Amino acid sequence: VDPWDVVAGAAENLYPARMQMALSLGWHIVFSCFGIAFPLVTLFTEWLGHRRGDAVLTGLAHTWAKAMGILFAAGAVSGTLLSFEMGILWPGLMDRFGEVFGFPFVLEGFAFFIEAIFVGVYLFGWNRLSPRAHMLSAVPMLVSGMAGALFVVAANAWMNNPTGFSLDAEGRVVDARPWAAMFGPSTWPQVVHMLLAAYMVTGFLVASVYAVGMLRGRHDRRHRMGLLIPLTLAAVMTPVQIGVGDWIANTVADNQPAKLAAMEAQYETTTGASLSLGGVYVDDQLRYAVEIPYGLSLLIHHDPNGEVLGLEEFPADERPPVNVVHLAYNAMVGLGTALLLLAAVFGWTWWRHRRIPSTPWFLRAVAVSGAAAVLAMEAGWVTTEVGRQPWIVYGLQRTADAVSPAPGLYLGFYAVVVIYLLLTALTVFVLRRLAASSDTAAPQEAAAAPPDRSAGEVAVR
Amino acid sequence: VTLAEVVLSVMFVGLIAYGLFGGADFGAGIWDLLAGGTRRGARQRDLIERSIAPIWEANHVWLIFVLVVLWTAFSGAFAAVVSTLYVPLTLAAFGMIARGAAFAFRKSIATLGMRRFLGACFALSSLATPYFLGAVVGGVASGRVPAGIAAGDVVTSWVNPTSVLGGVLAVLVCAYLAAVFLCADARREGAEDLADQFRLRALGTAAVTGGAGIAGLFVLRADAPLLFDGLTGRAVPVVALSVVAGLVALGLLATRRYAAARAASALAVTAILVGWALGQYPYVLLPEVTIEEAARGRATLVAMLVALVGGALLLVPALAYLYVLFQRSPATGAGQPAGQTAGR
Repeated sequence: VDPWDVVAGAAENLYPARMQMALSLGWHIVFSCFGIAFPLVTLFTEWLGHRRGDAVLTGLAHTWAKAMGILFAAGAVSGTLLSFEMGILWPGLMDRFGEVFGFPFVLEGFAFFIEAIFVGVYLFGWNRLSPRAHMLSAVPMLVSGMAGALFVVAANAWMNNPTGFSLDAEGRVVDARPWAAMFGPSTWPQVVHMLLAAYMVTGFLVASVYAVGMLRGRHDRRHRMGLLIPLTLAAVMTPVQIGVGDWIANTVADNQPAKLAAMEAQYETTTGASLSLGGVYVDDQLRYAVEIPYGLSLLIHHDPNGEVLGLEEFPADERPPVNVVHLAYNAMVGLGTALLLLAAVFGWTWWRHRRIPSTPWFLRAVAVSGAAAVLAMEAGWVTTEVGRQPWIVYGLQRTADAVSPAPGLYLGFYAVVVIYLLLTALTVFVLRRLAASSDTAAPQEAAAAPPDRSAGEVAVR
Repeated sequence: VTLAEVVLSVMFVGLIAYGLFGGADFGAGIWDLLAGGTRRGARQRDLIERSIAPIWEANHVWLIFVLVVLWTAFSGAFAAVVSTLYVPLTLAAFGMIARGAAFAFRKSIATLGMRRFLGACFALSSLATPYFLGAVVGGVASGRVPAGIAAGDVVTSWVNPTSVLGGVLAVLVCAYLAAVFLCADARREGAEDLADQFRLRALGTAAVTGGAGIAGLFVLRADAPLLFDGLTGRAVPVVALSVVAGLVALGLLATRRYAAARAASALAVTAILVGWALGQYPYVLLPEVTIEEAARGRATLVAMLVALVGGALLLVPALAYLYVLFQRSPATGAGQPAGQTAGR
């Protein structure tokens, strides 16, 4: 008997387990972005504030530090759930390959621990430490946030391009080399892509908050700086991200041709392949798409006549769901291009006039840019994760063979849906309160006095 | 001593840290639950809040650390445990989310109703989560997790006498630790009356825990004979140490020497956990999978040790800095720094 065969019960668990994982990761990743990028934005603003003796900037940094604490707390609890889910939902993956790719999670454990410690120090130390000591305390937070991204994305990159081990005749792992497994061909492009995405999501999202404020008529310095600093960061990162996108697309073409074919909804292996935008993939054919002649070959091989492998090269049961992957990929690229346009308008105006473009349309665009950046990032993750299907470890282990066959597992999915709805509502509520009243306490700070019973509702302290 | 045993021991150090620090956090939540009405319990809740606010996340990262070491170095056994015991583990994870989110967010919320709701979430999940984790330990320790994915019964693996014992003991130990820790915290704030209240609670909980421990031996003899043999054989010195340390802690509490009582209590709890480990040695999964059988490839174990040592070198100073910073600073008016520049 093949020991990796699907066990009874696994079939009904597969779909809810995938949905539960997608929901948990899709939720967590937004907060991870803030864990990676918000420290830099906040620290820079604090530094500028101290340097210029500008109380508006240090005040802004303090509010952001609190928001960072709230977002970090939300990310921490959702990350805890994920570390349970890795085993609970996918014991087959952990059982067979844990020794190969589990290692970066150990490093991530340390990185997260250190980040948690210094988020606490940074918030607690506000006005308790000297400005220099306080800003120094932010450096470990900054480094460990980025290191954490490296480790987690390295584990994901391994699932896309498993390296650093050998298999024996029965398919069992022998000779696992965890360091080598961490740095496969997909690791660096994926890590850089994710880091830039984190800066874009954080930058656009924070800027969008202040754009909304300015649209409501609040044009004070706090709002202008609150928009300017994060938007500048995001605008600088956006063109770089487009270039990195090219790098990662080439990596996918080299290592996961089935995923690339699904991203492009390309059935036939073609030379001089055109780039297809949109459309619906039915019966091995993409309909209603906009075609850019030679676009795909140019994109992949930087040669109009390069050959692009199509889905026909792969057995039908080894092809990912094409429509989801293709449309998610198009959504990511489309939104990224729109953000590039926004960045260009902003950059041009700043270069020529040294000011934020003053039209309401620009502010409206910034106001939606945060949501657009989040959607682009989520679409990117859908592209890479669904594009890897039906494999959990590309070419080696099917997702269906990794899912837990335990009875009743699917019930967890419904519970997780409810939990994330509540958690989202709570996070948004608290952030809105912070926006309304900047002395709202962050989780890592000691509390405000609890409201007295007789006081009924206390609006602000 | 083999490489696998070293790695497992380091994991166990993380587990002990979680038991002590995370346990005290859970226990603080349990006392929050039992503090009484909104007004009457306010001072106790304030103290609890101030004691755990700055470090509430850091304490729970220990568990993640335990999980990732297990899934990398002992992947097969890990997969067996989490797939068979997925129900209590999922419930514990939900409890951690409810607890973490409620604790984190309630202070940012000013409406009384919402605060009460979140306070209740925090307190109830502080009670439920250690119970489920204790039940998981009970399932493993009574040999109800066979090798293989979801090979054990998903219900009786955690609904059984040893799991109930494990859950109840976990809750009691958390409550006891928290009460002892809070005594010292209250004294540091100059609130001797609060310290006295928690001292009485610590003494009472210790009596109940001791009683449950003695009753537990009979449960184990009937339900988990292999563990019972280990506890009454190889692990006797450690079990004895736990009893002695516990009694010393009681004496120190009775004479109001809180800092020393903290250390003695921590030692007693550490000894209980080590006793469990020795009791089921050399098995990871009783009664069939040993440490050596469960351990994965040498390169993985070596990489793990390198990472653990290197990581500890970074982590320990950082943690020490955190604790020193918080213990040193006056707790009054925390969160409302004077001369705040954050004007709007």
